[in-house]
Amino acid sequence: MNAIDIHRKLEENAGLLIFGILFVSAIGGLVQILPSIFQETVEPTADTRPYTAAELLGRDIYIREGCSTCHSQQVRPLLAEVIRYEAPAHAGESVYDRPFLWGSKRTGPDLSRVGEKYTDEWQRIHLIDPRAVVPKSIMPAYPWLERRKANARNDVHLRMKALQRLGHPYSDEEIARAADDVAGMTELDAIVAYLQSLKIDTSVDQSEGGH
Amino acid sequence: MKILSSGTYSDRLVSYSVIFSLIWSILGMAAGVYVALELVIPTIDFGQEWLSYGRLRTLHTNAVIFGFGVTALMGTAFYSVQRTCHVELFSPRLAWFCIIAWQFTVLLGGLSLLAGWNAGKEYAELEWPIDILIAVIWVCFGIVFFGTIAKRKVKPIYVSNWFYGALIIVIAMLHIVNSLAIPVTISKSYSLFAGAQDAVVQWWYGHNAVGFLLTGGFLGMLYYFLPKQADRPIWSYRLSIIAFWAFTYSYIWAGPHHLHYNAIPDWVQTLGMVMSIILLAPSWATMVNAVMTVSGAPQKLKTDHSLKFIVLALAFYGLATFEGPMMAIKSVNAVSHFTDWTIGHVHSGALGWNALITFGTFYFLVPRLFNTQLYSKRLADIHFWLAISGTMLYILAMWGAGISQGLLWLSLGDLGELSYGFREIMASMQPYYILRVIAGLVFLSGAVVMIYNFFRTIAGRKTATVQIPAPSTASEQQVTV
Repeated sequence: MNAIDIHRKLEENAGLLIFGILFVSAIGGLVQILPSIFQETVEPTADTRPYTAAELLGRDIYIREGCSTCHSQQVRPLLAEVIRYEAPAHAGESVYDRPFLWGSKRTGPDLSRVGEKYTDEWQRIHLIDPRAVVPKSIMPAYPWLERRKANARNDVHLRMKALQRLGHPYSDEEIARAADDVAGMTELDAIVAYLQSLKIDTSVDQSEGGH
Repeated sequence: MKILSSGTYSDRLVSYSVIFSLIWSILGMAAGVYVALELVIPTIDFGQEWLSYGRLRTLHTNAVIFGFGVTALMGTAFYSVQRTCHVELFSPRLAWFCIIAWQFTVLLGGLSLLAGWNAGKEYAELEWPIDILIAVIWVCFGIVFFGTIAKRKVKPIYVSNWFYGALIIVIAMLHIVNSLAIPVTISKSYSLFAGAQDAVVQWWYGHNAVGFLLTGGFLGMLYYFLPKQADRPIWSYRLSIIAFWAFTYSYIWAGPHHLHYNAIPDWVQTLGMVMSIILLAPSWATMVNAVMTVSGAPQKLKTDHSLKFIVLALAFYGLATFEGPMMAIKSVNAVSHFTDWTIGHVHSGALGWNALITFGTFYFLVPRLFNTQLYSKRLADIHFWLAISGTMLYILAMWGAGISQGLLWLSLGDLGELSYGFREIMASMQPYYILRVIAGLVFLSGAVVMIYNFFRTIAGRKTATVQIPAPSTASEQQVTV
């Protein structure tokens, strides 16, 4: 029986064909993904902490508006890139990122180290009217952020509780006072808080190359 | 041979899926042109959330992939699986449910994206309630498809069905794993995976959604409609077997090339790169097989519109599956990653391969489904040239933009200082972005011409009833499909 004959068997049996496809296509994923789940647990870097209530709401707005379609958050260990954006990304910096926001496109600049590069005021103006501060910018304006309360649905504690369940080290007290922490904040306040939190972790030895 | 009838095929649902797919193609491509224009004139969102680039761009990708692409795949799978098995669909009612429920799901998904429901993962942006709907419909799709194969009257399972089968199985696996999340509210959930691990899972999904949906699924379409239209059997049956298994095995490994130089382990990146290059072999094996099949009937290429579209699609398939492995080489990727080159690459696949083969297949299907002639061959010709020009212009514009961005970003002066600021590089992209808008408009206008042509073809007509032929012998089946 040669290979073609063996295949003919497969080809005349739908169950075998289904099983064959499942088996053959599963191998690659198992090899690449399983180690990351069971072996190489990534530890957070020293300065990496879960997002505060305000930063978390800001990050969720960043996701909602699709900011990551144009902004990466991943500095690659390439010389020019390190000069432009500072130190390369370290896996430990992303352990509290659900989902990760490394992005695949840089229509605008990388934002992973944008925190405190600009003042809060600059960020606010830039989000409301990007061309007021960057004349040739092609970024959309986000005027509605200013008009809305960040915790309008009163669900920030639910968000933090879900993340706590997934292992983020929030204390019950932090979750209990979250609504008060963000009381009165607009969506604009929250997203600026998030952007200002995107900073390099100075505790990491960058000579290790990030992973 | 005397043809004994054993019932009729369920074709009306195929007609509907073609029409739904065409509607999504126009909506999805129009959204694409609009977001392209927003990158030239950013104020045309008029301060409206739902017109904002971040939301509308996501609608564009979802409408073309899940609306246009998947609806076409479902319809053509249902059409071809009946004919290659010589039976009516297993449960036509469930098949109807798949087609109709899928339209509602894509519509709901689109509206939810405009409303800002976004899970934040590329090509998997839809939130958990819609993810569940997708999973349910997908399982029903599988039941109808494999149920039809199970009751087939022809012994061998024809090669197009392996590809459609792989589409159903692998996409189910990818979708379910990548969408695992803890819901917080109806519109918000947090991924079960975090950071680097989430990145590896997401690009395992993202790359293989391209692999098994946009490549494999459409190869199923190719393996049925190309031999059918060329009226020739597949050139090498053996090659189609080898290419299928090599494709199914090796595609899965290539996802990490989306994360070159990112914070994931080096061995994963290197493995992803090597497997991406290996992937060129099965990709091109299929192309060679298809081109050799057509070369048995070259005279048809002069007159047959359906075949012209399919063969052009094949050329872009060859281009994109060569370009992909090249971009997966780390040193090339250092330049191409994060740039518009990626967007160009995606569109040589999406416009050149997926859209063109779907159009070719629809030029085959529409007259047959309604038992009539195409309204105008001249309009089909015009569409053909608009489609080529639009695709070429799009790819050229994005090559220009992407390669400039990549090189200018990395450019250093004599003293090791950056040669150019980010903002000036971004501003210099404008001519390319204008060209892209024009390219998109050209391609879209071709599709509008096609839809008008189809409208005139089927106006006032009903789907024809086609009798199922009596079972033929297995060897004959291999040749005639």
